[in-house]
Amino acid sequence: MLLKPCARWPMNKLVSKAVGAPMPRESARLLVEGRGSYVDDIALPGMLHIAFVRAPFAHGRILCIETADALQMPGVVAAIDGKELAEICAPFDTNPPGVPGHASAPQPPLAIEESCFQGETVVAVVAESRAAAEDAAELVFVDWEELPAACSIAEAQSDSAAAVHSSFDNNLSLHHRFGAEDVSDAFENAAHVVEESFAFGRQTGVTLEPRGIIAHWDPRAEELEVWQSHQVPWQMREVYAAQLGLSPQSIRVVAPDVGGAFGLKLHAYADELAAVAVSKRLGRPIKYIVDRLESFTSDAHAREAKATCRMAVDSEGHILGIDAVVDSGFGAYAMHPRGSFGEAMQAAQMIGAPYKVGAFRAEVRGWRQNKAPSGAYRGVGQPIACAITEDMIDLAARAVGIDPAEMRRINYRSTLDEGTRATQSGLVIEELSLDACLAKLMEAMDYKTLRAGQAALRENGIYRGIGFASFVELTGVGAGLYGPLGLPLAANESCRLTLQPDGSLTCATSVTDQGQGTLSALGQLIAGEFDIAPNMVRMISGDTGRTPYGGGAWASRGMALGGEAARRACVRMRDGLFEVAAGVLQCEPSALAFDNGEIIGLKGPSGLTLAEMGALCHYRPYDIPTGQVPPMTIEESFLPLNLPYITSNGVHAVHLEVDSELGTVELLDYWVVDDCGTVVNPLLVDEQLRGGIVQGIGAALYEECVYSEDGQFTNGTLADYVVPMAGEMPAIHVDHITTPTRASGLGAKGVGEAGTVGAPGAVRTAINDALSPLAARVAKQPFTTRRILEAVMAAENLE
Amino acid sequence: MKSANFAYIRATSLDHALSTLANTEDAIVLAGGQSLVAALNLRLQVPELVVDINHVPGLDQIEIGDDEVRIGPLVRHAQLMASDEATKALPLIGKALPHVAHPAIRNRGTTCGSLAYGDPAAEMPACAVALGATLVLASTDGTREVAAREFFEGLYETQRAPHEMLIEARFPVAPKGARPVFDEVAARRGDFATLGLAGQIHVDSGVIAAFDLVAFGSEPAPLLLENVADIALGKAPNPGLITDLSQAVADQVHPMESPLATPQMRRRQYRALAERCLHAAMEFADV
Ligand SMILES: Cc1cc2nc3c(=O)[nH]c(=O)nc-3n(C[C@H](O)[C@H](O)[C@H](O)COP(=O)(O)OP(=O)(O)OC[C@H]3O[C@@H](n4cnc5c(N)ncnc54)[C@H](O)[C@@H]3O)c2cc1C
Repeated sequence: MLLKPCARWPMNKLVSKAVGAPMPRESARLLVEGRGSYVDDIALPGMLHIAFVRAPFAHGRILCIETADALQMPGVVAAIDGKELAEICAPFDTNPPGVPGHASAPQPPLAIEESCFQGETVVAVVAESRAAAEDAAELVFVDWEELPAACSIAEAQSDSAAAVHSSFDNNLSLHHRFGAEDVSDAFENAAHVVEESFAFGRQTGVTLEPRGIIAHWDPRAEELEVWQSHQVPWQMREVYAAQLGLSPQSIRVVAPDVGGAFGLKLHAYADELAAVAVSKRLGRPIKYIVDRLESFTSDAHAREAKATCRMAVDSEGHILGIDAVVDSGFGAYAMHPRGSFGEAMQAAQMIGAPYKVGAFRAEVRGWRQNKAPSGAYRGVGQPIACAITEDMIDLAARAVGIDPAEMRRINYRSTLDEGTRATQSGLVIEELSLDACLAKLMEAMDYKTLRAGQAALRENGIYRGIGFASFVELTGVGAGLYGPLGLPLAANESCRLTLQPDGSLTCATSVTDQGQGTLSALGQLIAGEFDIAPNMVRMISGDTGRTPYGGGAWASRGMALGGEAARRACVRMRDGLFEVAAGVLQCEPSALAFDNGEIIGLKGPSGLTLAEMGALCHYRPYDIPTGQVPPMTIEESFLPLNLPYITSNGVHAVHLEVDSELGTVELLDYWVVDDCGTVVNPLLVDEQLRGGIVQGIGAALYEECVYSEDGQFTNGTLADYVVPMAGEMPAIHVDHITTPTRASGLGAKGVGEAGTVGAPGAVRTAINDALSPLAARVAKQPFTTRRILEAVMAAENLE
Repeated sequence: MKSANFAYIRATSLDHALSTLANTEDAIVLAGGQSLVAALNLRLQVPELVVDINHVPGLDQIEIGDDEVRIGPLVRHAQLMASDEATKALPLIGKALPHVAHPAIRNRGTTCGSLAYGDPAAEMPACAVALGATLVLASTDGTREVAAREFFEGLYETQRAPHEMLIEARFPVAPKGARPVFDEVAARRGDFATLGLAGQIHVDSGVIAAFDLVAFGSEPAPLLLENVADIALGKAPNPGLITDLSQAVADQVHPMESPLATPQMRRRQYRALAERCLHAAMEFADV
């Protein structure tokens, strides 16, 4: 019997053309209603819990560890130290062969003899409950010898610096140069040269759901199952295989619902590796959920940097040259497996990216510090490069005496220079639409009126500022980048599409979703290809046991790469079905189309619905005229062949008011015009921009991991580490220019980081614009009340 | 972040609560839990026994008399804020409460809990000092009344003995025509104040008849600015006076060193804040 799909699925199809439809995200309902299933919602029979004893000093030597008292406590099963775990688990060795001169010490899951940052894991106390484990952890005695430490970048750099790790005698972990060796010509011939120093505070991602893991080593089957709040399950399978000496095929890694990741769940962490190794050791399931304090002291940190930049311009404001030095704080170990250099490299390489900059030179150094390791965080270095560039542009515009928007306009780059394959700093770009973005932005913000209002209010001692940030964002970063670095990372995204006998579709994708809604958008895209309701497409993701091999989520790849893989799978699936239908309908396959889930032939609706096609192919293949059953499961994988990444671009602007007496900043309005190519779901895309902008505002105004001079994390609670909240956020007006990428048939570029990349630069330039009548400037992010008042009061004292 | 083990007793009556507090060395009251539970989980507080007063009947009363508003120990911030009668009688409280945390926290957090805790950055202690409230403490030995102006001694330090419970806060009803003075600087709306001013001004027949002003957030405990009041009393409100008063505020505070701002910055902020909230209060009074 043939079931008509409409009998089972109410035809609540929202649109007929899925690409571009503002389709609400049905799967969000489950999460909002508290029906999500996160790692901590999972419990296995016989599961034990870990509490870690962590290092209290920035740098210390472990003289002895006594666990006898802890082991006496009720419910305690084991107390395991680094030496014991070393018997079954190798330390992370994070020195990508393709990064010359990169140097990082091995990082064991639990410190052995030496610990290099406050919060490093030392002993794993394993008990029947987390509370019992925490009680017992307090009774573990570690005899420490405190060692000299180097915490700030300046300290790490100094000639007399203490070595962060005893295996090195200095703290330089990376030294690299982009562009020319010498750019002095450009500066000698310039009409104006501007110069500024910059500093960026350490931040961390602050996910709503902290990191968490359950590891289950089954000694009977010799198989390891891991549930982990993570972005890249396939990467983690390879990591655990390598560290524990297992066959990758014996490991399954599942990322269930994940409550925010922002890059910090892209990494392999010592504490999570320890949990896996402890499970292997004890043969029991182990749960470890990172608490908020541990999150602050041991999640990947990011952004800590100092920089100086010089810019040469001609008398009309054309940029003649850029010369920059960026010093980046890496923390104690390079983050496994991708290292900590990405932020530093992009912070230097992306300086000036939206502009034709003439001569270019950027030197970058990465420094080991006795602080938590740094890693990827939404935007990876690009927010730093953008902030430096945009502040320099404003300084140059002021020196030349032209409007800052005009200064940007005359310097924008749209393509690579003829005959070149990359910019001076080595960036490969397709085509940028910054001119169009700026024009649309200026209209949306009514720029002239804003400037007039600003001038009038200044007369009354009210200091408002307008700031711009143009950005280029590297999205869908692929093997072209990781392969040459020697990082064993699959960066393609895959889709395995199956037509079920009932006519519904299953999409198993390598793309993962941490709350962005990527899976909904992929489902929408697939539904659109067959013109069916999105709820006829079931999405499967985040499980190495059930999804095709591929990357996951980082560098804005979900739609740009995963969407193209899905589109290609749909096309092949459709072609196969059309072959069958063409035989039935006695026409050419090219004459067929899908409408409302049904194949339309020359004579209109054919009765060949997806359900009929599913039944035909699965149950009655003998009825197929050609006798050829097309594949019911199709797998496609996508990576742009000729591009290392897909560049998107856009322009931000913010209008704000600085209170020069209180030192506070009020955000009045925010605009962004973004070009991420084809927009599949504008609701999701716009909220990616808004969310990213809010995170970038957090960077600009509030967020900083504050360490004391001796390397103690001082603000490890959400009362003290201030994140942006809705009440302070301005209206964020989003608009688009659409330049589809030619790298794919879909044309989508990434958008996940666009907000975070631009917002810190926009806020920085706006504050400095506001403070300009007072002859004050801020240089160190975040621009807290203290830093603003310091700048204002210093300028007053000069008068 | 799991709290250390503690015993828990759900008090059934005030006497039960008080006798439990008296009989246990290291017992602590649980009211709204908005400060205590975080402190327990961070193991900043490791009491032997937690006495939960949330189920004691009758402690959630707001009594509005002609001279006094009496607030019981289970009156939530939100309940007080929603009482038009209370905020009319105590306009300063009405103006300050929206600055206390966020709605979800105000639904549980108690006004007396805030007073008992003595957080230097909290708004309610500052208001209590400004308005000259009286705090009623009870133990198995009986009750005693302590003036709010005596009660707050320093950072989280008050005159309350560990076995005593704050069973009522009594706020004098604002005289007719009295205006609230309130503003603060906080990183975000609803955050604890980094500094603030709370007070009440009464302009009668064109001159300032009463003026009480408290600086808080930057000081170890709410600081009553008596000399500022002395300058103001008997004078007619005018912009020049406001400038003088604002300068006097800046001169009289003793801001603690803080990573958030130097004392010099704090004084600058106080001067600006005082200008603004005094302008607001006095212009309002002229109408
Ligand atoms: C995110 C957040 C933001 C906040 N922001 C602010 C803010 O901006 N301003 C502000 O003022 N507060 C703020 N608070 C604190 C909030 O107002 C608390 O509710 C209040 O400080 C304490 O009240 P509680 O009823 O929750 O007391 P609990 O947390 O139950 O107790 C706090 C302390 O007081 C003691 N205690 C409580 N009641 C009594 C009593 N009747 N007798 C004796 N001892 C008692 C307890 O033993 C404990 O030591 C915030 C809290 C949070 C979580």
